[in-house]
Amino acid sequence: MGEMLTSFWSQPVVWVLALLGVVTYLTRIGGYLVLSRFRRIPAPVKSGLEAVPMAVITTLVVPPALSSGVAEFCAVAAAGIASLRLPPVAVILLGLAVLVALRQMGL
Amino acid sequence: MQPETADAGFEVRKGVREFVLVAFPVAMFGVMFGAASSAAGYSVGVTVWSSAAIFAGASQFVFLDVYRQGIPVWSVALAVFAVNFRHILYSAALARKIAHFSFVQKTAALFLLTDLQFAIVEKRYEAERGRWRVAPAFYFAFGICSYCLWLVTTGLGAVFGALIEDPAVIGFDFVLPIYFLSILMGFRARRSFLPVVVVSAAAALLAQKWFGPPWHISLGGICGILAAGILTAIRGDKPVEIGDAMMQPPGGEGADNG
Repeated sequence: MGEMLTSFWSQPVVWVLALLGVVTYLTRIGGYLVLSRFRRIPAPVKSGLEAVPMAVITTLVVPPALSSGVAEFCAVAAAGIASLRLPPVAVILLGLAVLVALRQMGL
Repeated sequence: MQPETADAGFEVRKGVREFVLVAFPVAMFGVMFGAASSAAGYSVGVTVWSSAAIFAGASQFVFLDVYRQGIPVWSVALAVFAVNFRHILYSAALARKIAHFSFVQKTAALFLLTDLQFAIVEKRYEAERGRWRVAPAFYFAFGICSYCLWLVTTGLGAVFGALIEDPAVIGFDFVLPIYFLSILMGFRARRSFLPVVVVSAAAALLAQKWFGPPWHISLGGICGILAAGILTAIRGDKPVEIGDAMMQPPGGEGADNG
């Protein structure tokens, strides 16, 4: 048991995850500690702050969607259309289904 | 301010009931993350540790996506920070509403602050405006249920995922962009959605071409943020009060765990 734990903690990825846990916790206390001290914030700053997740998540979607292949592009497009109506879990499953089907067809 | 609700048992039951209503999507995301983590080559232990230490679906998926050979750790941390940036706005909006929590309660409550947690607390606070102050029993009943379910389902997903020999057969080698798209579309009701997405996408593609990863994430993100700020400045909106309804959680309530 002790040996197992030692080998667990000797993986660098475990410490990277601990660091990311700290980073995530900082975002969760950050607003409480810093932002709530201001009574008002300028509208452009607020909309910039609100846009942070949208802006960053876009960079994780668009480049791989455009550079991975036809099946991958179609799967993302189908998921995008589906997300206008379906909840996220269904969107992901549908996107994967489209991807697998198109790959089977040799795209 | 009304006195605290006397019956903690009532608050706990109410918190658990709210949780049961949204447990299914949380569980599905948990299994998906676990399977994706296995597909990326991580053990069940590392997968569950990621859930325990981070407890934020989007952060954990970003880790899977960005943490690769040759990508510096600071860049992974920056991406996680940015994707979770909305929590800063949640915790600012929550600050006054949990002012009566003890120090230890606040410390723990903010650790458990996910999209869902924020949405459920805000919803009830609005519905019972003036008659209810956020009860720790309610908050923690919901939060601890979320945490436990997240650990269990990501662990199960990792076990199942380890049984799949070739993740590409079920498309799991490409699950991350599809997952991020589903999160992104939750923001589509925002006024700045389209300009931000277009500017970030264009900047990310150029940055990837000129500088390579991971610069497309930070440069694309910065350009999108600037676009949102500049558009609002051009419109000349008034300053915003911190607190009530300052930040709406992304659409598709019950969508993402964190």
